[in-house]
Parts: sequence; structure tokens; C-alpha cells
Amino acid sequence: MLAPSERASPRQWAARVAGEEGIVAARQQAREVAKDLGFGLVDQSRIATAVSELTRNVVRYATGGQGDVLIRELEPSEKGIGIEVIVRDDGPGIANVEQALREGFSSGTGLGMGLPGTRRLMDEMAIDSAPGRGTTVSIRKWRR
Amino acid sequence: MARVPIIRLGEVLIATVQEELYDHDALQLQEDLGQLLEHGAARGVLLDLSTVATVDSFLARLIGAIAAASRLLGAETVVVGLQPAVAVTLVELGLTLPGIRTALDADKGLAILAHLGPDARSI
Repeated sequence: MLAPSERASPRQWAARVAGEEGIVAARQQAREVAKDLGFGLVDQSRIATAVSELTRNVVRYATGGQGDVLIRELEPSEKGIGIEVIVRDDGPGIANVEQALREGFSSGTGLGMGLPGTRRLMDEMAIDSAPGRGTTVSIRKWRR
Repeated sequence: MARVPIIRLGEVLIATVQEELYDHDALQLQEDLGQLLEHGAARGVLLDLSTVATVDSFLARLIGAIAAASRLLGAETVVVGLQPAVAVTLVELGLTLPGIRTALDADKGLAILAHLGPDARSI
């Protein structure tokens, strides 16, 4: 692993998500960045699948089926090397985030679908949402 | 995007899924298999996922739907070649493909289908 100063600019990738091509592009890119950061095969699969779930929710439920995805390398911290993915949409939003994270709950609107499963695949997940304000989901994973 | 090729080997339909499967192609595969089963006497479907890097909830549910529909059309489905990383991810997602036969590779999958025998569907 190179020291931070020797490394190229942090890996970062941003794109508009629209349609199933956007889902595949985002999960492929997430896998690329994760691989680049030295994550193992299982973590690559977890990260790519989590991104697939989140972007799929955008395509299915957000207004116009569109949103934005940002994939980036985190600043190295005491937790080590990390990857972060932020998925944002202007969809209907989630009224009760806690409920959306409960097993078996699915509102069928916005990013609320499949969130418990996605959270299990990652180390950290944060959701910022309110009705009419859209939804932003941030997920992180640290390299063991 | 690319249509998943389906070949027939004896009474078994073999579909080898590509590395990145688009939703559209997955749904097409479901339709293609349904039509082939409706018209022919295949009694087995072998889904080879050995090159598939990502199986998310959509694809996992679709595989379940393909297996269930095939069964109604008189054919058993065996999923073969799941990558270990994909298997771990599916379990953590809570999608364990219940009721679907699996095998490590195509050879073992074909052996399972052969052992089911021509009358397997009535058992």
C-alpha cells in the first residue's frame, strides 16, 4: 500500500442513475473501486450488491426513476481504508426511517425497500429522508 | 445487454448466464425458458451462474420464480456454479434460494437431473 502522498487522487466516481443501465454501471464501478482499494472478493460482492439494491430502489421508486450515486475512497482513519457510497434521489421520501430499517417492512415508496439486507452487507449505513424531501442513503465499509 | 443463450442437451435446457446480467435479459431468460418448456419435453433446467459476479435481490427472486414456473411445466431446476462470495452475500441479504436445488458445477448439476429420472415429476 502506498503512503497517501504517493497515491493518485482519491478514487471517486459520480454518476446520474437512470434505468437498469445505471444500476449495472454503479455496481460495476463500486466493485472496481473496492477492488482497487484492496477489498477481498466477498467484500467486493457485498459492496456491489448493496449498491445494486440501493440504485435499484432509485430506479423503481424515485420520481422519474432517477437519482445520483457517488462512490469514493474515504480518508484513511483509525478504521483503516474505507469505501463510501452515497445514493440520493428526489423521490417521495421515507416518513419513518426506523420502521424502514425493520425486517419485513417495505413501504414500496422510495429507498425504503430492502434496506435491512443492505445494512447487513455493510459496516455503516446512514439515511437522511423525509416525506417530500427525497432520500439520501450513505453506506460505508472498512477493509479488514 | 445480451440475451442469455439456452442450449438443449438431451432433456435438459442449459442456460449459461453472463457476468453482468441486465434486468431485461433476466426477464427475457424467464420468458424464453417458459416457451421452450411449453413446447418441448425438457424435464430439467440447468442455470449456470459460475461467471455471475453480482446476484442482488431482484435476480435471486427471479431465479426462484423461474424454478417455480419450470416445476409447474414439468421440469426441475438446478442452479450451478454460484461463486462463494455470491453465496455469502445472498445469505447475508436473507435470500437463500429456498427450495432450489444447487450443485457445485454443471457436471454435478446434470448428474442430479439425470438421477431424477423420467418419472421424477410425479414423485
